[in-house]
Amino acid sequence: MTNQKSFIFDTELHLVRLTGVKVRSLQELRAALPGVPGSSIFFHTHQEYLTHPFQRSAHSNDFARWVSQTLREEALAEKLAAIDLLAFTTIRQLRDAITQAVDEYLGELGRPTYECRPEEAFHFCRSRSFVLPTGLVADDVGDFFQKVASISNASLYFHFFEARLRLHRRTSDFSRWLSDRGRPELAAAIDGLNPYVRTLDELRRDIVRLGTDDGAPA
Amino acid sequence: MSEHIEDYRPVVGSQVIDELLLLADRVRHRRLQHINSTSVGGGVAEILTQMVPLFRDLGIDTTWDVIKGNQAFFAVTKAFHNALHGGEESITEEMFEVFRVTTAMNLADLNTFGDVVVVHDPQPAGLIAKQSEVGGRWFWRCHIDVSTPDPRVWGFLRDYVARYDASIFSMPDFAQQLTIPQFMVTPSIDPLSDKNRNLPDNEVRAVVEDHGLDPDRPILTQISRFDRLKDPLGVLRAYRMVRRRHDCQLLLAGGGATDDPEGEEVLREVRDAAGNDPDIHVLELPPFSDLAINALVRGSTIVMQKSIKEGFGLTVTEALWKRKPVIGGAVGGIRLQLLNGVTGFLVHSPEGAANRAVELLGDPELRAAVGAAGHEHVKENFLTTRHIRDYLLLMLAMEHDGTDLSLLPGIAG
Repeated sequence: MTNQKSFIFDTELHLVRLTGVKVRSLQELRAALPGVPGSSIFFHTHQEYLTHPFQRSAHSNDFARWVSQTLREEALAEKLAAIDLLAFTTIRQLRDAITQAVDEYLGELGRPTYECRPEEAFHFCRSRSFVLPTGLVADDVGDFFQKVASISNASLYFHFFEARLRLHRRTSDFSRWLSDRGRPELAAAIDGLNPYVRTLDELRRDIVRLGTDDGAPA
Repeated sequence: MSEHIEDYRPVVGSQVIDELLLLADRVRHRRLQHINSTSVGGGVAEILTQMVPLFRDLGIDTTWDVIKGNQAFFAVTKAFHNALHGGEESITEEMFEVFRVTTAMNLADLNTFGDVVVVHDPQPAGLIAKQSEVGGRWFWRCHIDVSTPDPRVWGFLRDYVARYDASIFSMPDFAQQLTIPQFMVTPSIDPLSDKNRNLPDNEVRAVVEDHGLDPDRPILTQISRFDRLKDPLGVLRAYRMVRRRHDCQLLLAGGGATDDPEGEEVLREVRDAAGNDPDIHVLELPPFSDLAINALVRGSTIVMQKSIKEGFGLTVTEALWKRKPVIGGAVGGIRLQLLNGVTGFLVHSPEGAANRAVELLGDPELRAAVGAAGHEHVKENFLTTRHIRDYLLLMLAMEHDGTDLSLLPGIAG
C-alpha cells in the first residue's frame, strides 16, 4: 500500500481457530504461554478491539479479563491490562512481557493459587486471517480522509493493528503513506493516536477529525 | 427471514454486506454442499433453511442433502447425542453396528458433489468415507455441547471426525484433542425473523396485555424451557427479593412440556412456588409463538437467563438484540455474550441476580446504556451475516492451508 501514489484500503477478516490448549490456574497459564502460537498471543491481546469496537471494557485483553473475573487475582489483572502494546514491535516481545508479569506475580505471591472449575477454563484460540483489497482507493490526502470515514472496522483494524505487529511495518499503514506523500505532520498526528486506549469507532472519529482540521471535506 | 442478502444491508450496515460480496467473489467457483439428518425441525434444519438461500443469493452453488435412517438409527443417534452431552446412556455394541449399517446405506445412496462438503453433527459423520472417492474438502460441523462427552461414544465418533479436513465447534469449551484444525463458529440469530424483527410499540403493548401483564409496570422476564438447568426457581427467588425494593412483575415463559416428564415436574414446582401472587405469570407457550416471544421480550424491562449450565444461550442473544439489559448466569456461551458491566451482568446466585435487577430498575440510563452496548455486541458478532461470513472464510481457508495470515491479491476486472 505504501510507496504508491494511491492508498489501497485492505480489509482483514478472520476465523477463530481453537488450539485445544486450556488452562485452569496461573501455573497452568504460565506453563502454556511459551508454547502457544504467536497468532494466539496476538488474538488474545487484540480480539476485543474488533469484537466490541463500540465500547472499551475494564480489561484490554483476554488474559487480564480471565485473571480478574475467574481467578480473582486483581493485582495481576491490573498489571496485564497495563501492558503497553504500542511498546512492542514483535509478538515475541509481547509474549515475553506477559510471561514476565505472571512470573513476577507468582514469585511474590506466597500463597496457593486458585484452580478454577473446568467450565471456567481459559481456552487458547488463534486467528486465521485473510487480508484482501476492499476496492476502495484514495488518490490524494483529502480523498484519503474522506474514505477513512466509510471503511469498515475490520479495515481500520488491519491497517493499525495487524500491519504494525504481525506484518512488522513498525507503524500504521496510514502514517507511512501520509509520510510518503510529504505530509509528515499528519503522519505524526496519526502516530500520536494510541489505538489501544480507544475503541475503533473513536479511532476512526479522531482520524477523520485530523483530516477535517487539515481542510479535508467533512 | 429473507432469501436476499441485500435485505440485510439496512440492518447490519453496508460495510458488512460489501465484505460478504468481496468474500463471495473469492469462492464463487466452488460448490458448497451441506449434509445433515433432517430437513425440518431442530436447530440445524432451521439454520440451513435460513442460510442456504443466502449462499445461493451470493452466487455460491449450494445444495443441502439429508441422510436417510430408520427409527432404530435415530434412536441410536439420540442416545449418542445425550451421551455426548454428558448424560448417562446405556450404549451397546449393537448400537454402534446400527450406526455403521445406516452409514453404509447412505454412502451407497447419497450423491456428494461439493468442492466443499459440510457434514453437520454426528448422524452423518460416517460419510467422510466418501471423500476418497469424490474428493473435495470436508468439514465436520458440530452443533452440540461436547465439553464433557461420554468417552466411549466420543471415541467411536472421533475415528470418523479425525478423517475430515477440519472440524467446527460452537464454543471454545467444546474444543477437543484432535490432529485436524478446529475452528470456532458461534451460533447466530436472524434479525429479520419473526422472533427478532422490529415490531411497532402498539403491537408489543397489545401482546403484553393479551398475556395478562401490565405494560405500564416493570416486567422481569425469563424465556426458557422449564428445566432445572435454567433455574426458574432461582429467578422466582430473585424476583421476590427485588419486590421488596421495587414494584415489578415476573414473566416465566417457555415451550409446552407435554413430551418431557421432567419439564412437567419443574413447571409444577414453579407454579407451586409462585403461589397466588398475581404479579407472577407462568406461561406455557404453544409451538410457533415466535412473534409473541418477540413482543414479550420487547415489552420487558429486564431479561434474565439465570442458567446453571448452558450451551450458547441464544435467548440471551435475542434479548440483547432487542436492547434489553440482560442478567445471566456466568456459564457457557452467556459469558461470551455478557461482558460483565458492559453488555449485561453475570451472576452466580439469585441474590446476585436480585442485586443487579434492583440496580437496573432504579437507573433507566444504565438500562439504556447496557441495552445499547448489548445490541451492538450482537450486531458485530452474532447475526446471520457473520455466520455466512465464517462459512465463506472456511471455504477460503481450505484453499490457503498452512499459514495464519494470507495476503490475497486484488481480482482483475
